[in-house]
Amino acid sequence: MSSILSESEAKALLQKVLSYSKADECEVSLMGEQRGNLRYARNEVSTSGSLVNQNLTVRSSFGKKVGVAAIDEFGEESFEKVVRRSEELARLAPENPEFMGVLGPQQYLGSKGFFESTAAADPASRADAVLKSLELSRSQNLVASGFLENQTGFSATMNSKGLFAYYPSTNVNFSLTVRTPDGMGSGYVARGYSDIKKLDTAGATKIAIAKSLGSVGAKALEPGKYTVILEPTAAVVLLENIFSSMDARSADEGRSFLSKPGGKTKLGEKIMDERVTIYSDPMDDELPASPWSGDGQPQEKRSWIEKGVVKNMVYSRYWAEKKGVKPVPFPTNMIMQGGDATMEEMIRSTKQGILVTKLWYIRRVDPQTLLLTGLTRDGTFYIENGKIKHPVKNFRFNESPVIMLNNLETLGKPERVVSTESDRNYLIPPMKIREFTFSSLSDAV
Amino acid sequence: MEPGIDVAIKKKLADAALNAAKSKGASYADVRIGRYLNQFVITREDKVQNIVNTESYGVGIRVIADGCWGFSAVVDAKNESQLAKAAEDAVAIAKANAKLMKEPVQLAPQKGFGEVSWKAPIVKNAFEVPIKEKVDLLLSVNDAALKNGANYVNSVLFMVNEQKYFASTDGSYIDQDVHRIWPNFNVTAIDPASGKFETRNALSAPLGMGYDYLQVNPSDKLTGITTRYNKGYDMLEDATAAARQAKEKLTAKSVEAGKYDLILDPSHLWLTIHESVGHPLELDRVLGYEANFAGTSFATLDKWKSKNFQYGSKEVNLIADKLQVGSLGAVGWDDEGVNTKKWDLVKDGMLVNYQAIRDQAHIIGEKESHGCCYADSWASVQFQRMPNVSLAPGKTPLSVDEMIKDVKKGIYIIGDGSFSIDQQRYNFQFGGQLFYEIKDGKIAGMLKDVAYQSNTQEFWNSCVQICDERDYRLGGSFRDGKGQPMQVSAVSHGSSTTRFNGVNVINTARKI
Repeated sequence: MSSILSESEAKALLQKVLSYSKADECEVSLMGEQRGNLRYARNEVSTSGSLVNQNLTVRSSFGKKVGVAAIDEFGEESFEKVVRRSEELARLAPENPEFMGVLGPQQYLGSKGFFESTAAADPASRADAVLKSLELSRSQNLVASGFLENQTGFSATMNSKGLFAYYPSTNVNFSLTVRTPDGMGSGYVARGYSDIKKLDTAGATKIAIAKSLGSVGAKALEPGKYTVILEPTAAVVLLENIFSSMDARSADEGRSFLSKPGGKTKLGEKIMDERVTIYSDPMDDELPASPWSGDGQPQEKRSWIEKGVVKNMVYSRYWAEKKGVKPVPFPTNMIMQGGDATMEEMIRSTKQGILVTKLWYIRRVDPQTLLLTGLTRDGTFYIENGKIKHPVKNFRFNESPVIMLNNLETLGKPERVVSTESDRNYLIPPMKIREFTFSSLSDAV
Repeated sequence: MEPGIDVAIKKKLADAALNAAKSKGASYADVRIGRYLNQFVITREDKVQNIVNTESYGVGIRVIADGCWGFSAVVDAKNESQLAKAAEDAVAIAKANAKLMKEPVQLAPQKGFGEVSWKAPIVKNAFEVPIKEKVDLLLSVNDAALKNGANYVNSVLFMVNEQKYFASTDGSYIDQDVHRIWPNFNVTAIDPASGKFETRNALSAPLGMGYDYLQVNPSDKLTGITTRYNKGYDMLEDATAAARQAKEKLTAKSVEAGKYDLILDPSHLWLTIHESVGHPLELDRVLGYEANFAGTSFATLDKWKSKNFQYGSKEVNLIADKLQVGSLGAVGWDDEGVNTKKWDLVKDGMLVNYQAIRDQAHIIGEKESHGCCYADSWASVQFQRMPNVSLAPGKTPLSVDEMIKDVKKGIYIIGDGSFSIDQQRYNFQFGGQLFYEIKDGKIAGMLKDVAYQSNTQEFWNSCVQICDERDYRLGGSFRDGKGQPMQVSAVSHGSSTTRFNGVNVINTARKI
């Protein structure tokens, strides 16, 4: 059996699993995927593989007693085993007063995330794409390490109240680090698409090569506050911390960057520069995403930050009921609106500043302010009087993305980017920020 | 939970794969038949949010053919023909990749061990403990936290059982039963008037133990400014302390940035060891195989070859150890059939070795592997992973109180917090859970907004004193990530409380 089931195959399998249920309510989630990858290092292929994943998760409930069991073996015997196991756990569990039961049937927007071109990728096409990259680094006597992975998959869910949801998708991520043989220069590039036809490994490689060669001979600047131009790859890992912290309950409970004294929240308040607008939209052509959330709630286009104002927070079904509002599911993608500036214009208009290619090892230092720390990596350059003057040694930063988006100077055009922290794809513009805080220097190249 | 497949059947399945690989021209093959069980119990305040059991079963086959590695994995493989087919696929992949390869794989020789087994020395299998007992424990932990001033509390029990069978053409048939457990919680205290909140996480360690870790034994406790734990963990007591301390943090003094002598408790120092010693001494990273993701290393081969690279002060002895009882990394054999061992990484401050597996041993002139190869699933290719890496305790008798007595201006840090280090492992920044100001040899009160920044070599050379073995405890990482596609691994790091002089401390408070 192929691990990628069509909608009707997924439906039939889920019905079969549900037929074993003896619980009051039952929800069955199914996923299947095929992944193919090619990894290379030191200009040689290091590992390659293809992987088939499948998983079936069953949530059974008796009243408000709930149990979950998951299995990756498929077959009638396993289906019954996993249903019984979830029921056993549910019987043993105490009541969870927050359990909301399963949803009835829902209507969803369409699915736009599946591309035959990506699904058709095979070891030969992956090798071909990587070879185009390797030829460039080898011919210039540079050392390349990269990873190309394409994924074809589906997720589906069905419950005992008749809800059924199915979403097929494809994705390809390519990332590359090019280093000079003496280890004194390093450049990075990453690309992510739903449609593999958009992937140009040679074009991407040229960027990493230029950054690698350009970063040799880095000079040390004093740590401190600088105007920075963050490329989308650098910006996204900071913004991701805002995206994941939009939960209403945490804000209401007083333990979020969206909390205010006296148990209030910042919903409806302006917390950033008015040019900041962040929304989710499963039907976006550049960044298609699942039109339903894990529990089957429909996704729609939704503003989170609009002109700097907090427009929405995530409300679980339980919290929404308690607060008398509509549930708002966690979004399946995130998009930040941009401006018109090109990267060249942003550099040209900078008197003194630093161009940042990538930020690395991002960790939250303070959840109250979303203060983050991490380092620049693989291409950090000093800008003076509108021109890139020279590479600079890497910095550690301590900065909050909330403060940063208040210090916004200019926005460029959004691009689809891959988060180097989560591997997730987003649409994010490059941005110029003033007074970004670098706290120390690093010797790392 | 039902028992796994009988060992005689696993041997038959493995032989089918090994024979198929050899008949297709493999010069070496190994088979891993894995059943991976997880259980999670997740609660908040007075509610159980989730009880989850997961099970994964399948087979991974790795071969060398035409001098190159090939790998294939198959889910739900229960008959010999499935395994033979997967073995043939692995050989075909190896032969295809061989065309792209410059130098053939050099595998350090390894004798076969015949039919052997290893079982984690657990006293009480956590999977056999009734759910009710686990739920009752977590709910009583939450209750204790709430009664002692916490506004919110989340608690969780993670339990892992890896039932792994390894067979290779070297003549090994190794059956292993690995157990891990991690009790954890997070309490939050809120000051509604100011809108400020503070948290405190558990001071537990994830360990290679059974439910016996949660059986409280007074000899496992170290009393002091707060109780810390060794091989037994009193979750209830820790949650009580955590709630009070989270509240105390709300009004604690915000640290003044500057240079301080740091006294680091093992519940904190494990993470600094992990990031600044464990990772930079992974040989694949040193050679550049992780350049595109986890990064490379400052601890380059020329530094090691010089036999003169002062990684730390003379006090510093860092040891790799896959044998340590109760640790996350302990197994009888690694995932390529090598018997596990213990070896020096840094001796009297000097860099002396790395972490290497069979196809890397020749690079550092070793005759055999260090036995630190691991895959996180039957579906993942095994590769070099960090063994337990620990700081040896001081040889001179020294207690924590005696250590603090000599410090004029310092900070005592307990528990791990925020962590970040550059891609070559030079510059790092660490937070913590509890910070106490030390003034003229005495603890002067609680601090907050503390993080320290340093450079690995500078930091380890600022190590001046290590408490003796009475204070030695393990911390660890339950899910350490490496590789593309990323795999997780669990690893312990032991130490006694240690003093580092003149470390740069920053203040992390901001206003938004």
